[in-house]
Amino acid sequence: MEPADATGVSPLAAAGPRRRFGDRVFSNLAVAAGVTILGLLGGVALFLLIESLPAVSASPAQLPGGKSLVDYIAPLAFGTVLAATIAVLIAVPLAVAVALFISHIAPRRVVLVLGFLVDLLAAIPSIVYGLWGIFVLGPAAVPVLEWLEQKLGFIVFFKGPASATGRTMLVASLVLAVMVLPIVSAVCREVFSQTPRKLQEGALALGATRWEMIRMTVLPFGKSSIISGSMLGLGRALGETMAVTIILSVSGIVSFNLISQANPSTIAANIALDFPESSGLAVNTLIASGLVLFAITLVTNLAARAIISRQNIQ
Amino acid sequence: MSPSRWLAVIVSVAVLAVGVAACGSSGSGGSGELSGQIAGAGSSAQEAAQEAWIANFESENSGVTVSYDPVGSGGGREQFIAGGTAFGGSDAPLSTEENELDKATKRCKGQGGELIQIPDYISPIAVVYNLSGVEELQLAPETLAKIFNQEITSWNDKAIAADNPGVELPDTRITPVNRSDESGTTENFVDYLAKVEPSIWTYEVSGDWPVKGGEAAQGTSGVVEAVNAGDGAIGYADASQAGELGIAKIKVGSEYVEPSSEAAAKILEESPEDKELSQGKYVFAFELDRKTEASGTYPIVLVSSLMACTSYGSADEAAIVKAYLEYAISAEGQEAAAENAGSAPLSAALTEKIEPAIEAIEG
Repeated sequence: MEPADATGVSPLAAAGPRRRFGDRVFSNLAVAAGVTILGLLGGVALFLLIESLPAVSASPAQLPGGKSLVDYIAPLAFGTVLAATIAVLIAVPLAVAVALFISHIAPRRVVLVLGFLVDLLAAIPSIVYGLWGIFVLGPAAVPVLEWLEQKLGFIVFFKGPASATGRTMLVASLVLAVMVLPIVSAVCREVFSQTPRKLQEGALALGATRWEMIRMTVLPFGKSSIISGSMLGLGRALGETMAVTIILSVSGIVSFNLISQANPSTIAANIALDFPESSGLAVNTLIASGLVLFAITLVTNLAARAIISRQNIQ
Repeated sequence: MSPSRWLAVIVSVAVLAVGVAACGSSGSGGSGELSGQIAGAGSSAQEAAQEAWIANFESENSGVTVSYDPVGSGGGREQFIAGGTAFGGSDAPLSTEENELDKATKRCKGQGGELIQIPDYISPIAVVYNLSGVEELQLAPETLAKIFNQEITSWNDKAIAADNPGVELPDTRITPVNRSDESGTTENFVDYLAKVEPSIWTYEVSGDWPVKGGEAAQGTSGVVEAVNAGDGAIGYADASQAGELGIAKIKVGSEYVEPSSEAAAKILEESPEDKELSQGKYVFAFELDRKTEASGTYPIVLVSSLMACTSYGSADEAAIVKAYLEYAISAEGQEAAAENAGSAPLSAALTEKIEPAIEAIEG
């Protein structure tokens, strides 16, 4: 070992492990795949930046709406975050309950069927959810919206007047919640079922009821997965386009009123609605709003990572 | 397989191939001397009409393929200017604001020709409503504008009652429905309100709906669906798509007029050419006379145009464009569009006026 130390390289390391042809191919392929992802993401970001520059530097009068870029995008960003947040607030408790039922409560035969059905929810195209929203859920929601206005009208969310068609923020968020549900519950289910048996049996042996066992062992163990699943769901809800485009009656305003016909639009829906008839600077403005959505999604995902990594350290 | 079986397979394949080739040559040689393909893009309002034209045109000229991509008017103008398409469709004439007219002229000059822009599609826009118990509805422009700017909020308002003597109106809340996407239908509807009632409708005219707080839906089908779903809803949509919904009669002069093909086509006869936008021998842009009081005219219409050049890179391409456009504005073409898209056929006088533009194509 002495002479090797002098050069800083051991004879073994200098020779290196014998790399077979297959190893090299695999490692190169893996590196290429990683670089491609980075390149794609960078390319999209670059495209958004370059194409939105004209809108940033243009005078406000030339932009659609005739006001500043911030005035144009802010209500859209507000609507995007509002719709996604409500969707996740509705979906997460439901998804956790579904995941717990599948991983700990349901009999084995039901588990297989139910798990399959939940996964199937994710396979339905979003435009079908949109059509379901306007033809079924919207009209069915009208009496509920009217009831909310009458009984809970003092809360800012239900101030009304209730929409006559049901195509409101609340209904759109409900549909988003259904779309987000399978993602969140799949992530949770996977982790819940990995809760160490020792912990669960220990809790039961100490006289805990099934609910106490779940509360003391499964939920703490799966906490970070619930958070990361929610964030994944939030990302999906933020970017969802077709369903919102079809369902929501948009008005370009900022409002917390969830049951009226006047709702804030979302960034993705607004692009889908306005792009076909846009030209010139209007297109740049839409792309600038896309850049904002990109940033919002990025921040959401970074926040999720941060929360999860802190959880893991503890 | 034995060698003899192989031989049999090869022979039969060869026979088949010869047969197919024979069919192919007889097919293309059978009718017309046109062959090749052209592409167009633009207004989605024209989509159904273009589909009808393409189907009929291709069955007459078997060697020709025409495609039309309904990307929207803005995209259609952009692609035509960039030279990506042979022809384009647009709900608004090429404007001078973003120099579109100059750019399009330059594109055609580059090909050694001139720009053509002719109206090819007129569609009445109906005011549709859903109000239980009310079979017929008449609206003066002033009332219509106030309903859509949300000044009038209830169906038993005095203004609506004054337009409909003898009709019992319920106290249902009015839900005005507008398009949530940018559209030529909105632009033409809003243009009508702004021209006829400038003191009430003070918004800027564009394809984006200007009033906040109304019910909004995507596309003509979305608006029709929303009006269908809500009692007390009122919206605007291409007349051909109105379906079972009630259609309001609009006051023109001293009478109330229903949207119809004849009444819609008549407006172009009443309208002067827009001098600023009609720069060029073959560029026709009309300044629709929305305020007309002529009897039997329906002023809420959408007029969509075709864009083309008089000369193309290849004579084949020019010949196809010429034949296709000729068919589109011909009586049969307009009849096919009326059947398929519910549009109003161009009047004979107008056809005569725009025909020279197509004849100028060097095909």
